Amino acid sequence: MRLANFALLGALCGVLALTSCKSGGDTAESNEIVIGEYGSLTGGTATFGISTRNGIDIAVDEINAAGGVLGKKVRVVVEDDQGKPEEALVAVTKLITKDKVIAVLGEVASGSSRAAAPAAQQNQIPMISPSSTNPNVTKVGDYIFRVCYIDPFQGYVMAKFAAETMKFKNVAVFRDIKGAYSVGLADVFVEEFKKMGGTIVSDESYSEGDTDFNAQLTSIKSKNPQAIFVPGYYTEVALIARQAKKLGLNAPMMGGDGWDSPKLFEIGGKSLDGSFFSNHSSPDDPSPTIQKFNATYKERFKATPDALAGLGYDSAMVLFEAIKRAGTTEGPKLRDAIAQTKGHAGVTGTITLDAERNANKPAVVLELKDGKYVYRETITPR
Amino acid sequence: VTTFLQQLINGISQGAAYALIALGYTMVYGVLRLINFAHSDVYMFGAFMGYYIANNKTFQERMGSSLPSAMVVMLLAMALSAGLGILIERFAYRPGRTKTRFTAAFWLGVLGTAFGNLLGHSIASTLAGAGIGIVVGVVAELAGFRPVQQESRLGLLIIAIGVSLFLENGGQLVFGADPKFFPEIIPSAAINIGGLTVDSPKLIVLGVSIVLMVLLNIVVNYTKTGKAMRAVSFNLDAAKLMGINTDRIIAATFALGSALAAAGGILVSLLYPRIDPLMGVMPGLKAFVAAVLGGIGNIPGAMVGGLVLGLAEVMAVWLGSSTYRDAIAFIVLILILLFKPEGIMGKGVAEKV
Repeated sequence: MRLANFALLGALCGVLALTSCKSGGDTAESNEIVIGEYGSLTGGTATFGISTRNGIDIAVDEINAAGGVLGKKVRVVVEDDQGKPEEALVAVTKLITKDKVIAVLGEVASGSSRAAAPAAQQNQIPMISPSSTNPNVTKVGDYIFRVCYIDPFQGYVMAKFAAETMKFKNVAVFRDIKGAYSVGLADVFVEEFKKMGGTIVSDESYSEGDTDFNAQLTSIKSKNPQAIFVPGYYTEVALIARQAKKLGLNAPMMGGDGWDSPKLFEIGGKSLDGSFFSNHSSPDDPSPTIQKFNATYKERFKATPDALAGLGYDSAMVLFEAIKRAGTTEGPKLRDAIAQTKGHAGVTGTITLDAERNANKPAVVLELKDGKYVYRETITPR
Repeated sequence: VTTFLQQLINGISQGAAYALIALGYTMVYGVLRLINFAHSDVYMFGAFMGYYIANNKTFQERMGSSLPSAMVVMLLAMALSAGLGILIERFAYRPGRTKTRFTAAFWLGVLGTAFGNLLGHSIASTLAGAGIGIVVGVVAELAGFRPVQQESRLGLLIIAIGVSLFLENGGQLVFGADPKFFPEIIPSAAINIGGLTVDSPKLIVLGVSIVLMVLLNIVVNYTKTGKAMRAVSFNLDAAKLMGINTDRIIAATFALGSALAAAGGILVSLLYPRIDPLMGVMPGLKAFVAAVLGGIGNIPGAMVGGLVLGLAEVMAVWLGSSTYRDAIAFIVLILILLFKPEGIMGKGVAEKV
């Protein structure tokens, strides 16, 4: 019995050794370029990961139809991290060590990107996050990039919109006290809005997962703000908007790109009409790059792409362009090529990477009206 | 002053929600001396049943959105949850009390269903899995294998925790783990009185919980079943000797408690329309605190406890920070256990129903 077990174990080890050897050899000599992607395909932020994957798929098909990169076809290996930071680290480690990818694309949520980035940094594999906006993500090291703007800019955009376009003087802030994204945005907003001459009349907080916001909203209402800045994720924002309307609190709400989801209207309904949020791109933008992408996406996935799909597409395209410029897939050389990205015409605007490896690009402010996003304004970086 | 009054209204509506769940806790405890941890998950089940019935196409065509249709949704969900309560009692709690048949067959059937579904994703394979599970269970029982029978209070408590976890995770499998949004089955209108705003669902929740409390009091104190329940609560063996079918009375208690939980689930979902399979965990714990606060086993006490807790929470959020919201309930629990363990309306260790 014991002998049989040992034999079985030995056989298993042998098979493992053979397969791992085989996959390693394959990548080095084959005529394809393997890139890795990780994201939340299941779980609470599943729409984020699925949209991003769809965008990347379109980019890969386009590049392969045009003959690939460096004469090789591109293949993507996708790993699901269920939206959990610890799973994200496992996924990226697996992509690098087992699938031998030459670069990694992902995540949307800043927490997951930050957890996984050290694995890419240590192995000298470039990682491009399509849409993590927390400043700390790219601070992990010089192999970590992003093709979107960062939170301080988003906070500035909404402060500027409130103070200069809407001429608001008194604004209340309602933040998710447990979320780094929400707290970061709220802090910047408060600072910038005060600098522009506005007053924060009330600063209340909630926690992600709460369902009752009546107590805080009643406090906010007693201060009579002209608008309320709620930089949270879509589920809570929509519930907050509903309860605010029921309390007779009719001031418009303002927020960031965490609002961007079809679920926002499903939950919030009409109570969000007249509210504003900052986003990466607008589906109404007449630019041909955007309209072509929207048409391809609609035909293939039967839905209007959100900003995350566009950012996924852009992150893949920035990577392909850098591989072409570098002429190789070696980590250090590819890293330098990505860092030199300048004036890349993407679906979500022109992408130029700065010294901190962040994309410097404008944000759009969208208004919610009858279940649709209506374009209001583009605000460029200072 | 207006803000204070508005916060008072917020607190009462939150408290009414806790009170509704606490009623079911307290009743089952009063009769069985068992803290039914699965209660908060039956509450979740009730909310989901309401969600599926209200979103059903044929139902919407026939009934539309009106007060009678909301009543129908609620009554149907209550009936379904009462059925679930009876099932839980029959196949989880009763085997922990006395010798019962087909327990293994039932659980193997459930296991088989899940397994068949995982393997095949079709109705045929699911049914085959269920069938195989049941057959194996029955054959095992006929062959003399039976779960060990042992009467113990601790055992029952652990079974209750097990059932609760089973329902929470089974709920994630069957209903999906992502949050869903409860439809507005009653038209909501805001009523304004001098700067104060009261939303109609809040009034309905408060009204229905008072009505249910009164009804429950009548059932327990003035009906034959209620009398039998009190007898079972007083002394199970003596009640049996007096010719009371104790198993049936206990099943009835669970059915009633589960129907109350479902009513709570739907009414709370009207106030806070986000439902997910883990929605019962926190409110369940808080309702338990409310039941202890009011004196566990005491029906009006549950109502009072719920309202006090709701008010305490809202005031804490208003005057302090929302971060302390969940801590308040447990601070209240510690204080009550330190200074008045029998609760506000409890009567010491004497019999309580």
